[in-house]
Amino acid sequence: MEKYVSNIFFAVILVAGIGYFVMNVRKLIRNIKLGKDVDRSDRKPERWKNMAKIALGQYKMVRRPVSGILHVVVYVGFILINMEVLEIVIDGLFGTHRIFSKPLGSFYGFLIGNFEVLAFLVLVAVIIFWFRRNIEKVKRFWNKEMEGWPKNDGNIILYFEIVLMTLFLVMNATDTHFQEAGMGNVISQFIAPWFDGYSTEALHTIERTAWWLHIIGILAFLNYLYYSKHLHILLAFPNTYFANLKPKGQLTNLESVTNEVKMMMDPDADPYAMPADGAEEEVPEKFGASDVTDLNWVQLMNSYTCTECGRCTSSCPANLTGKKLSPRKIMMDTRDRLEEVGKNIDANEGEFKPDGKQLLDDYISREELWACTSCNACVQECPIGIDPLSIIMDMRRYLVMEESAAPQELNMMMTNIENNGAPWQYSQMDRLNWKDE
Amino acid sequence: MNVPTMADMMAQGKQPEVLFWVGAAGSYDDRAKKITRSFVKILHQANVDFAVLGTEESSTGDAAKRAGNEFLFQMQAMTNIEILNAYEVKTIVTCDPHSFNTFKNEYPSLGGNYKVYHHTQYINKLIADGRLTIEGENLKGKRLTYHDPCYLGRANDVYETPRDLIRRLGVKPTEMKRHKSTALCCGAGGAQMFKEPEKGDLDINVLRTKDALETNPEIIATGCPYCNTMMTDGVKFHLKEDQIVVKDIAELIAEANNL
Ligand code: SF4
Ligand code: SF4
Repeated sequence: MEKYVSNIFFAVILVAGIGYFVMNVRKLIRNIKLGKDVDRSDRKPERWKNMAKIALGQYKMVRRPVSGILHVVVYVGFILINMEVLEIVIDGLFGTHRIFSKPLGSFYGFLIGNFEVLAFLVLVAVIIFWFRRNIEKVKRFWNKEMEGWPKNDGNIILYFEIVLMTLFLVMNATDTHFQEAGMGNVISQFIAPWFDGYSTEALHTIERTAWWLHIIGILAFLNYLYYSKHLHILLAFPNTYFANLKPKGQLTNLESVTNEVKMMMDPDADPYAMPADGAEEEVPEKFGASDVTDLNWVQLMNSYTCTECGRCTSSCPANLTGKKLSPRKIMMDTRDRLEEVGKNIDANEGEFKPDGKQLLDDYISREELWACTSCNACVQECPIGIDPLSIIMDMRRYLVMEESAAPQELNMMMTNIENNGAPWQYSQMDRLNWKDE
Repeated sequence: MNVPTMADMMAQGKQPEVLFWVGAAGSYDDRAKKITRSFVKILHQANVDFAVLGTEESSTGDAAKRAGNEFLFQMQAMTNIEILNAYEVKTIVTCDPHSFNTFKNEYPSLGGNYKVYHHTQYINKLIADGRLTIEGENLKGKRLTYHDPCYLGRANDVYETPRDLIRRLGVKPTEMKRHKSTALCCGAGGAQMFKEPEKGDLDINVLRTKDALETNPEIIATGCPYCNTMMTDGVKFHLKEDQIVVKDIAELIAEANNL
């Protein structure tokens, strides 16, 4: 029995780790589904292509070469090294040791050798990332919305990676058989000498400890994702698949408005007509968005996908000139509010209890919303296809159509359009005067 | 200037090949009117059979839509579409990227389907069809930088067409550090043109003009009447109005061709 203690222990933490993760993923999906419907089932080939290019190929990342290329290193390294996890799981469950080394032969050495090189490169890249964030203080990581948790989150991820990669290399360096075989220990052979005077038992203990910490670390990381900006390593894929494919300048035409405008303009429509049977109960649709549940599910998925990299904000003309608006903050606020709504639902047996709060004002201020020039720089810059502008526009729609709360000058502009068909107070009869001036 | 209206044309039983949508700025703003007239001169030179709506033209509703007033936008759109369809308009050209964007992207689902050109695209087509040439001596060797309007560039991915035209002028073009898809907005879009900016430490047009000044230009070229206003104000802010002019590409072509 004693022989199996470690196998059982391994199985337990594995199931617990994955189980908790699955639970959170289900919560995530439920929260995203709180959003309004939007049809993104068209143009499938283009969508696959986008996903391959932007999420898998990361081609938008390298618009900024330094961080872009380093990110590709970490990303490729992380994915490939995690193939090792398959072996770790099998070894852990069945008490084997490096189960793939025999059947794969020299190819195993080749694989691990590559993993070691990658692990080393990842270490270097991650250290540079840490340096850029904390010593060089790249400006986009120091905006106001990055204070507190977002700043720590960014660093925690880096520490995670440093520890995991180090454990992987130490585990290989202290594996005496592996070192003796001399296959695939490309990097770890240089670490092995550090442990020279150690007894075989001591080495074995270190190797086992590194092994255990490595797998526990990976499970912890998996479960950390849900609480972190690092969710993007999963959501980048659906997010780029479902991203908007229309020209960036195209704003949706609200269908509910179309129906009403058509009615108003139809000379045959009877304004006093009784609503059709069964329609009386219908609540008039709310125009625009004041809370997360008024947004569509793609916008909500966007908010969970946001990496808080700040590329959007660092190209936003409003933010660059000292206005409060930051497209990154729009995404972070949306996620925070959505999480709050989700927790509310959890606490109230699946039903949302009004909490007197909403996305507008409690998270995103009017001042931010009115500072946007709709220039699409944020949409263009986002490396994973997030559209902060669409949220800003939906919230403006709410302000104007539900609250009539536009800034005074905009009200004047709109009154002019209504009265004389131009944003300024000129008579429509003077429209052609330019030809004789 | 001889500028026929659709109503005139209709009365004579004629259908012009293209409708020139002048837009509010192009109709009323003193600076933008010059762009309008330059473009008409080009249309005349190329013998284009065009017409305008004149007093039947109204706001496209773009500014209202971006301010959040979808109602007003759709009312404007449907009214315009009714008129355009009644005149059986098939092709529209405009000097305003905002109108261009709205017609091209937002009118179709409301029943307005037209072939829409920004004036730089239309001029390019006239050249390609052999109906227009640019002589290019007047501006020879002038240092020029081009500011991408957001609603032409990022919004609709039109980056090369205006640059193709600029290359024909014989000028010495230099790109700003932020250009094409990374171009900085002039600050006018999203209905900002019609209101004071929010509190900050700088106006957007001042920052954008600074980008332009770094290229040491004699001419800042653009393709949007609102960008034109913003950049002109920016040049004044930097006290450079004696050395630098802000011009629309249509004006530059008219100048090159002595129109
Ligand atoms: S669209 Fe608005 S939020 Fe996005 S970059 Fe431009 S001004 Fe900033
Ligand atoms: S919206 Fe995109 S660009 Fe902006 S912070 Fe999030 S991931 Fe980065």
